[in-house]
Amino acid sequence: MNPILSIQNIRRDFKMGDETVHALRGVSFDIYPGEFVTIMGTSGSGKSTMLNILGCMDKPTSGEYILDGQHTEKLKRDALAKIRSKKLGFVFQSYNLLSRTTAIENVELPLLYNSSVSAAERHRRAIEALKMVGLEGRMNHLPNQLSGGQQQRVAIARALVNDPVIILADEATGNLDTRTSYEIMMIFQELNRQGKTIAFVTHEPDIATFSGRTITLRDGLLKKDVKNENVQDAKAAFEALPPPEEFEE
Amino acid sequence: MSPLTLIKIALKALLRNRMRTFLSVLGIVIGVAAVIAMVAMGEGSRISIKEQMTAMGSNAIIIMPNRDRRGGVQQESTSELLEEADIIAIRENATYIDGVSPMMTVGGQAIVGNNNSPTTLSGISADYLKIRNYEIEDGVMFDDVTDRMSKVCVIGQTVVKNLFPEGDPIGKTIRYRNIPLKVIGTLKAKGSGDFGQDNDDVIFTPYQTVMKRFSATTNIRQIFANSIGEGYAEKATEEIMGILKERRGWTKPTDPFRVFTQEEMIQTITSTSDMISLVLTIIAGISLFVGGIGIMNIMYVSVTERTKEIGLRMAIGARGKDIMFQFLFESVIISLLGGVIGIALGIAASEIVKIVFNMPMSVSVTSVIVSFAVCFATGVFFGWYPARKASRLDPIEALRFE
Repeated sequence: MNPILSIQNIRRDFKMGDETVHALRGVSFDIYPGEFVTIMGTSGSGKSTMLNILGCMDKPTSGEYILDGQHTEKLKRDALAKIRSKKLGFVFQSYNLLSRTTAIENVELPLLYNSSVSAAERHRRAIEALKMVGLEGRMNHLPNQLSGGQQQRVAIARALVNDPVIILADEATGNLDTRTSYEIMMIFQELNRQGKTIAFVTHEPDIATFSGRTITLRDGLLKKDVKNENVQDAKAAFEALPPPEEFEE
Repeated sequence: MSPLTLIKIALKALLRNRMRTFLSVLGIVIGVAAVIAMVAMGEGSRISIKEQMTAMGSNAIIIMPNRDRRGGVQQESTSELLEEADIIAIRENATYIDGVSPMMTVGGQAIVGNNNSPTTLSGISADYLKIRNYEIEDGVMFDDVTDRMSKVCVIGQTVVKNLFPEGDPIGKTIRYRNIPLKVIGTLKAKGSGDFGQDNDDVIFTPYQTVMKRFSATTNIRQIFANSIGEGYAEKATEEIMGILKERRGWTKPTDPFRVFTQEEMIQTITSTSDMISLVLTIIAGISLFVGGIGIMNIMYVSVTERTKEIGLRMAIGARGKDIMFQFLFESVIISLLGGVIGIALGIAASEIVKIVFNMPMSVSVTSVIVSFAVCFATGVFFGWYPARKASRLDPIEALRFE
């Protein structure tokens, strides 16, 4: 099987005045279709830089990055935007939904930048994506009428709507409490079971236990790349949590 | 991204900040309305001047004795005077002249019974009517030959109204400086014109009558003529001057007479009014420019405020030009909206000024089209830089922006 994503000896240097910061010092790994990979590391380990490169928002200083069979290192801004539009789905820590814009409009947003999708098709796919995250009843709610977990689910639907080859999540549970985090992880696990490839950046070890593979970065180098033999079920973990106290939510 | 979608996004963003949008639009509205109204004012006065000039007779030429300048004081030359023979010579020899008439005026009071009117008596020849675009309404015009020196007159409608309130003046007699003049014709109303004087407050009598019975002089102060058509004024003027010089055996380098053509007068007056309207239009244009700067300012604020939104849009696949067009559409919508409202307001203001202040106003289609085009250009011009700034943001930096 060919990898969906392959990076070879990726380096990324940042010039800060006279100093050069080596954020990534030569990292290589492949991700195969259907994998659920967590990328771990402390702050400064290079995991954000790695995600930006995987997300085609940043280019490596040297090394190769092949996404879905396509070399991306030499591509221009517009070509990278096209890749983001067609092949990638992003989920951010702070949701990044457009305010005063309904859930369904937020989900439709990526398809607006794909001229081959008609308005009707856009609408249909947005509804489908919202159903996958269980929010079909909140389609016309505005972000400020939704809880944090619901907002993140809208963001996940937005990442799904263009049927990407990989979903990239950046600390997607970072702003959520444990219960809600596990709910979100249930959705990611469900999507993975349906065949979606997921790369999930986190610094929380318990989140990593829900994935099938964990890549750990330290000081810009790959420190560990291990298969997780004992993948935890997020649903079971959620149900094992003590019930919420009365004043919560 | 389709233009329709872009318009929707832009409208949504604009509606989100209603007050801000309203104020930016207002800047453009004021500028455009001012331009429309100023151009309407300039155009109106130009048209009105032209109409008045045409009413006066657009091909008219006026000949007067030259003024000598002595010690800085202009005074009429006593050496060269116009006389009846000049009129006859012009009439017989000139080829670019359609009609020629002296103009000899006498001041006084016209009296009929208990009515009187302070109307100037003008001694003219029959050609004067076509030179000044007068037409006979009732009765007949006097004839230069058969009515020579006879005590007849033709009167304008104001005189009819003042002296013959009961109407039907033909055949009745007006006393002017104790000399009875029989009314043989009336003129069609011409209305007030030129520079506010009443063109219908006139009494015409044969110039020989004035020479013989009123002023006891053979000197003619002014000769009116008209060229055979538009564009012949210069040739006609040269010709007249040639005839007048030849009759006198004139060899001096200076001209013995002054000649004014209607064309020159129109040019003088319209060039002044054009200058005024140009200045007003420039001032209005500056206010439009300031409105444009307002748009640019607000677009900068908008781009900065929405940095995070821009970052997100880029992360999910928006290209630089998608972002650019999104913001460009916003500024163009603001300026076009301002343009449409401004044009409507400018037209309304012009109409109000026309009605309330009775000033000639004419909204030209050109000014409307140009305003609209300028608004579009303003939107693009002032929206360009902020939009480009937005399109060049780095998605990673933009997403990190708080």
